Amino acid sequence: MTNNSMTNTSNTTSNPAVNVRGVGRIFSARKGPGVTALEDVSITVAPGEFVSLIGPSGCGKSTLLRLVADLDTPTSGSIEVFGKPARQARIDQDYGIAFQQAGLLPWRTVAGNIELPLELHGMGKGARRRRAAELIALVGLSDFAANYPDQLSGGMQQRVAIARSLAESPSLLLMDEPFGALDEMTRERMQNELVRICAETQAAVVFVTHSIPEAVFLSNRVVVMSPRPGRIRSIVDVSLGDMAGRSEDLREDEGFFHSLSQVRDLLHGDEAAGVGTPGAGVRGVETR
Amino acid sequence: MGLHPRLRGGLFGVAGLVLLALVWEVYKTFGPADGVILGGVTVLPRTTDLAMPHLAVMFERLFEPVTGAASALPLWQAVLAGALFTLGLAAVGWLVGVTVGLALALLMQRFRLAESAILPWIILSQTVPLIAIAPLVRRWGAQIQFGEFTWESWMSVALIASYLAFFPVSIGALRGLGSPDSNHVDLMYCYAVGWWKTLWRLRLPASVGYLLPALRLAAVSAVVGSVVAEVSIGLRGGIGRLIVEYAGASGGDPGKPWAPIFGSILVGLVAAGFVGLIGLFLRRFRRGEVSQ
Repeated sequence: MTNNSMTNTSNTTSNPAVNVRGVGRIFSARKGPGVTALEDVSITVAPGEFVSLIGPSGCGKSTLLRLVADLDTPTSGSIEVFGKPARQARIDQDYGIAFQQAGLLPWRTVAGNIELPLELHGMGKGARRRRAAELIALVGLSDFAANYPDQLSGGMQQRVAIARSLAESPSLLLMDEPFGALDEMTRERMQNELVRICAETQAAVVFVTHSIPEAVFLSNRVVVMSPRPGRIRSIVDVSLGDMAGRSEDLREDEGFFHSLSQVRDLLHGDEAAGVGTPGAGVRGVETR
Repeated sequence: MGLHPRLRGGLFGVAGLVLLALVWEVYKTFGPADGVILGGVTVLPRTTDLAMPHLAVMFERLFEPVTGAASALPLWQAVLAGALFTLGLAAVGWLVGVTVGLALALLMQRFRLAESAILPWIILSQTVPLIAIAPLVRRWGAQIQFGEFTWESWMSVALIASYLAFFPVSIGALRGLGSPDSNHVDLMYCYAVGWWKTLWRLRLPASVGYLLPALRLAAVSAVVGSVVAEVSIGLRGGIGRLIVEYAGASGGDPGKPWAPIFGSILVGLVAAGFVGLIGLFLRRFRRGEVSQ
């Protein structure tokens, strides 16, 4: 799999990790015109860049992530991942993915779950074992390699899911609210770990969340989206330095609070301007 | 109680049997000889030695010869031979039924169209009474002959057993194959693996929890199907035939008809136990779902 990651990195020098151009997605309904989940969305993610998608429920942030992952196809516009169509990128395994639910197979151990993608793509047994051991150490679960998912806490399960998404050293990670189901303390610890892992792996990340502090703490850029139809309202540059320099102290930093209030104002601008359905704009956004 | 749960289950099972034996004997001793009759309807059986022999009589009878003939085997040996014969038929029927049931489930899982086309027929098939199809199967079977192969009566019995056995397997497997949540299915799609790999790595392991009860039900159905089919086709050598034969003897020999009944219970237990053994090997796939 080192070969694979080599090709990926050579890819990354010439092309953006993700290039979304004028994408729209309309879910057709039996009656009526259907639901416009996304309208004219354009965004570029550079190699190694961490970009968060934030917005209230129904703003299409998860839909956008699913489009990039080729789990769904856009009604209009185009999506390229490392210069290839999304479908080709999926077939070439150019990205790793993690969902809100850890989604581990209950009959496989921690090591077995992490080995799953490697096994499916025909990696030899020895190499698989070594890679899994590496990743288990990376997410700090070395004592639990032989445990089954039902013996782990929610946070541990999510760490296994992240390790699994990193198994084939992808240059792009797609994460759909991976910490959404965790309690606040576990969540902050997981965020710290994700920052560390990103610094180590140099992967680009597209991260869907509805927590403002989470988006600001993790990201180079925060994409603020608005609902009905899902659009990009604004993109906030978070200038908190590169991943390697980020640590717990950052949460007390003045720049952190500045970006925090910037994102918050953009999200709440909905209500102030009276655009869209009153009151519906900010539902589902956590401001804690 | 500090007992192992499985051991405790076994104890309760034995206690249930003892209780049943007690009720039998107590009613036989104290119940009225002509049974309990309410408004002309007999609600509880007569307690004569003919209608309700003592348990001891049933067991003693097992160790006496089948008939008065000098060459006759002890009854238990004859019943055991019949039980083994029926078990063999049921096993063939079970294997065929499981294979057909799984194949149908896979077909329905693969093609949505197949599901809407086949599923109603599968359910409809079970509404046909066994007694009605047994002579049909026999008649059709008799016309099959190519080369060395000729259709034999025991094949008709096994076929009827499989007709009962395939049903729970196809329904259970279909539910099991469709049981992985969309998360897991999405993940497999992201891994860009095809239907067969998804089947092998995800759908089949996920279906084990649904499949095992279906297999057990199929095993018991196959046994019942074999016994009934033996009777309606008139095949010699199995438990079904013995039940009919010995029932005629109940007039002068009340212990005798009970022997093949015990035999058929034994066959059912062995069949269910065999599926339990399969379950032991597949324990890993029955772990609790992820606790989120």
